[in-house]
Amino acid sequence: MLKLLALLLALFLAGSAIAKEAVPAAPDPALEKRAVALEKQLRCLVCQNETIADSRAELAMDLKKEIREKLKAGMSEEQIKQFLVARYGDFVLYKPPVMATTVPLWYGPFALLLAAVAGLFYYILRRRRSVAAQPLSEAEQARVRALLDSSEERP
Amino acid sequence: MLRARFLLPLAAFLVIAALIAVLGVGLTLDPRLVPSPLINKPAPAFTLPELEHPDKTFSKKDMLGKVWLLNVWASWCVSCREEHSTVLALSSSGVVPVIGLNYKDERADGINYLARLGNPYNVIAYDHDGRVGINFGVYGVPETYVIDKTGVIRYKCIGPVTPEIVRNKILPLVKELNGNA
Repeated sequence: MLKLLALLLALFLAGSAIAKEAVPAAPDPALEKRAVALEKQLRCLVCQNETIADSRAELAMDLKKEIREKLKAGMSEEQIKQFLVARYGDFVLYKPPVMATTVPLWYGPFALLLAAVAGLFYYILRRRRSVAAQPLSEAEQARVRALLDSSEERP
Repeated sequence: MLRARFLLPLAAFLVIAALIAVLGVGLTLDPRLVPSPLINKPAPAFTLPELEHPDKTFSKKDMLGKVWLLNVWASWCVSCREEHSTVLALSSSGVVPVIGLNYKDERADGINYLARLGNPYNVIAYDHDGRVGINFGVYGVPETYVIDKTGVIRYKCIGPVTPEIVRNKILPLVKELNGNA
């Protein structure tokens, strides 16, 4: 019985030891909050559609550790971002910066929308003009008048 | 009027065709290949213990004046096995010194791996916690860097080195870098 208890205790301790390894080292809750907020803006390059905050990849774990140590050392969020961009490129930023190469990405959809609206207006204007350009003939005018008169008679 | 009538659909067609062309090219690219911002920048300075001789250290400065390759590898990395024979062949040709960076590995595992498959490296730096890897922007092992005589990174290969890459990229570049400086 004692042996079993000791075994259970050992298993429990071993489990918590493994669990501890995954928890990044930031006992300060304010610092932890800043770290997590920053991690949510950074891409994990191993599993590219995840943020570092969400990722369980080895590299993400290392970067989490790195970010916490850098925050603790007094580096600002902006400085840490620059540190990572210098090593991994702009791709680590989940929100791409506005640059010459990302202008189409940021403004392309609006440009397409504008072009589409302009095209629509042009089409509508042209249609209206082409319809107005055909005046009714004498006979048609008479028919219109007849129709309007007959409709007036009805309640 | 007539001109506008033809020009407008033509312009619309061209815009859509250009968009499809750009997206089509995008489909053929590998999203895993993220261009390194470190190309043509000085390689990060580092000093690490050697894998096989923990008491000795290897520093980036040791290679000043030489064109060299830094090959990031690990015993747990499957693609490293894929490129291993290519790296062995390249290193035994003696054209360029190949320095290994054993990344986030256990010392014994790394040594075992080389004992089994052969050791292509002149020196192996041992980056147990992956710190140097972070400084180099390593995100997928294997990665191979060509570093020139002044310590500047000139080329980075992400993923396994193939004989084609050696022939078409690495060897011409090493030749050029050795000739110029």
